[in-house]
Amino acid sequence: MSNSTNPVSAAKPHPKLQSHFFSMDQQLEASTLGMWVFLVTEVMFFGGLFMAYIVYRNMYPHAWVEASAELNWKLGGLNTGVLICSSITMALAVRAAMMGNRKQQLINIAITSILGATFLVVKFFEYKAKFEHHLVPGPHFDPSLEQGMQIFFSLYFVMTGIHALHMVIGLGIMAYIFIQAWKGTYDAEYFAPVEVSGLYWHFVDIVWIFLFPLLYLLGAHGA
Amino acid sequence: MKEADVQQEPSYLGAPYGLASWLLTKDHKRIAILYLISITIFFAIGGSFAAMIRAELVTPQGDFLTADLYNKVFTLHGVVMIFFFLIPSIPATLGNFFMPIMIGAKDLAFPRINLLSWYIYVVGATLTLAAVIMGGVDTGWTFYTPYSSVSSTTNVTTAALGVFITGFSSILTGFNFIVTVHRMRAPGMTWFRMPLFVWANYATSLVMILGTPVIAITVLLIAAERALHLGIFDPRIGGDPVLFQHLFWFYSHPAVYIMILPGMGVISELVANVSRKQIFGYSFVAFSSLAIAIIGFLVWGHHMFVTGQSIYAGLVFSIITMLVAVPSAVKTFNWTATMYKGAVVWDSPLFWVLGFMGLFLIGGLTGLFLGAMGLDIHLHDTYFVVAHFHYIMVGGGVMAFLGGLHFYWPKMTGRMYSEPLAKVASMLVFFGFNLTFFPQFIVGYMGMPRRYHSYPAEFQVFNVLSTAGATVLGAGYLMILLYLVYSVVKGPKAPMNPWGATGLEWKIQSPPITHNFHETPVVTEEAYDYLHAPAPTREVTHHE
Amino acid sequence: MSSGHHVPSIGMCVRVWLALLVLTGFTIFIASQDLGMLNTPVALLVACTKATLVIVFFMGVKWNTPLTKTVAVSGFVWLLILFFMGMNDYLTRGWLGVAGR
Repeated sequence: MSNSTNPVSAAKPHPKLQSHFFSMDQQLEASTLGMWVFLVTEVMFFGGLFMAYIVYRNMYPHAWVEASAELNWKLGGLNTGVLICSSITMALAVRAAMMGNRKQQLINIAITSILGATFLVVKFFEYKAKFEHHLVPGPHFDPSLEQGMQIFFSLYFVMTGIHALHMVIGLGIMAYIFIQAWKGTYDAEYFAPVEVSGLYWHFVDIVWIFLFPLLYLLGAHGA
Repeated sequence: MKEADVQQEPSYLGAPYGLASWLLTKDHKRIAILYLISITIFFAIGGSFAAMIRAELVTPQGDFLTADLYNKVFTLHGVVMIFFFLIPSIPATLGNFFMPIMIGAKDLAFPRINLLSWYIYVVGATLTLAAVIMGGVDTGWTFYTPYSSVSSTTNVTTAALGVFITGFSSILTGFNFIVTVHRMRAPGMTWFRMPLFVWANYATSLVMILGTPVIAITVLLIAAERALHLGIFDPRIGGDPVLFQHLFWFYSHPAVYIMILPGMGVISELVANVSRKQIFGYSFVAFSSLAIAIIGFLVWGHHMFVTGQSIYAGLVFSIITMLVAVPSAVKTFNWTATMYKGAVVWDSPLFWVLGFMGLFLIGGLTGLFLGAMGLDIHLHDTYFVVAHFHYIMVGGGVMAFLGGLHFYWPKMTGRMYSEPLAKVASMLVFFGFNLTFFPQFIVGYMGMPRRYHSYPAEFQVFNVLSTAGATVLGAGYLMILLYLVYSVVKGPKAPMNPWGATGLEWKIQSPPITHNFHETPVVTEEAYDYLHAPAPTREVTHHE
Repeated sequence: MSSGHHVPSIGMCVRVWLALLVLTGFTIFIASQDLGMLNTPVALLVACTKATLVIVFFMGVKWNTPLTKTVAVSGFVWLLILFFMGMNDYLTRGWLGVAGR
């Protein structure tokens, strides 16, 4: 339904133009701005956890190093590589949507999803190892460990856990845009959903970019 | 003077028809009404808890409620009033309704997300009510650790999750407003032609976006600590309760600006109208909203002067707290200057304005007393603090909300309320409010602590006055509810512009059509152009 | 194609991808070296560089409006307020000679 008094365009409006917008451009700009505003809230959300990290690292520097050494930096590094690769495929998927190339969209979204799932599988094995080594906070936490290490692991689980939850949501989003791309929904004028999905995915990657060195790489050279 | 004030077209209220059309609406005006009904219900619930508090405090002994039950009652009073009434209040009702119209748009940028925000509010509210029904929470609305995360045996996890979920409602509202103001303004609607109400809600939205996520993660950590033993704040394993307070107040102080900024926006609209004059220093008032939003993030430690924070940090927070009062003072001066030599109209909106300005002034100044670290050591956790924040949140925030509700009632409902009853009710509220809370300044200064169900006998007379005032206040609120609801059913039909006000919202029919405008307006007028505004037309339909 | 929306080139994507992988390798390597106090700043500098590359190129902020750029930066700036004003407490305990504060 178009606004017939809209001074901008008298041509037939795009079927995906929502009635309260003047043009696809305005709609795209609103979507992009909206996703960035949302990402600001995500920055602040994770930010609270990083604040806790800073406070406790300052309080228990030695325990922090000891605890970090318990994490498997090789798996962490692998996961970092996996997410970086998923970021390029995501960027290529957005590019393909902008160019209206259905096949490229599908391939890139699929690879992004597979890489994301790989990340989660690696995480699963990491968590399993923590359970086995009594490093999960709570009644079964190894009591012989230094004061502060349990807090490190609490933060480890909360930070990577919430990050993993965001990855799961990201996979759901990938599934949705894959289906839409399959149906040929996106074209050079209407690719906003792919673009904002890409913004979300890249943000989740950025969180990991900070989590990896701060959690995994402290114990690498000893105290 | 007869104008064609009978509805020309079906309004957003009637068309489309049916419950499903309301529950699945994308119309920002209908969503505003849904929120209005919801927050009124929670105001009543929160008010009931307040009544229980005041009933207990009539006598010095803790004879009506046990200590444990009293702890739950004041906790739930705070949680319900702050998270489920005050924070949504003006933005989700008047903001949702009028932001798009005031800038010449047909809806907010993301209508479906707007509806989602209401459903999220309902889910969070239901979860919190479940916590109430299951036996309540006794930690105080501030959820301080380690009591909340380790020791309390009440339904903290459920309540924390309820607050967590409702936080997203706030975030989505703020996000919608920001994108709308940036991207949906009509041609010619420059930033400095926008009503100050829009500026105020925009600044509020910035606070919602930047602050709410931090409390979200904080209450989530409480829930995680209780449910999963992920001890972040537990001192037994080296956790720091003061860290909780830093994270909590990082949001909760800016939250008080969420609760007052929209009210200040309403007051700007009302002051210009009752004075029939351009707001004095428009751009100063506009920028002061932004200044309050930004500086408000730098002062949270003034809640923590006595809880273990370093003295040096306390000094820094105290000095900046003095600074944050400046933009509020700018607004107050500018409103006063607007009214000075204005053609002041003695109608009910004026009563709300005057009530607001007096009470907000007292509340704001007493905030400065509390912000001075040396004085706060004596006043912290006394009734002085309770009186201070009620003067701002109720004397300021609720008065502004009621003022806005009255001012915009004819536009939203197409009906006029009873003007004499409104004058009486506003005076009852003003008188009742002062009787309730002014004695609390005195008794707090004398040393009566907050959050206790009993107190030393020498404080009784002030508490009796306070409870008497609360009864009058409650009667005033009830009266308002009754005549407003009555007006929807039986009130005279409202014309397009009963107050003779400026702004795009007064150029469309009352109530508006679903798409607000037939054609997107092209704006050429400056804001508050009262030289060219029509005269109030209220009298035409005002037959009682 | 809608007005001037920038389509990223494959070459740009590949260059950024390679840079991110190289930086990751570097941060792993440099963590194994004992640089004393510098380990943390270096790690953070690398992480910030990687994040900036993702934001500017993969997320396309380089070609966005000034408003979007401002929004993107503001979240991180706000986080710095939390960090600085919060650590302002922890790092100044005992400065003013009052026991425990």
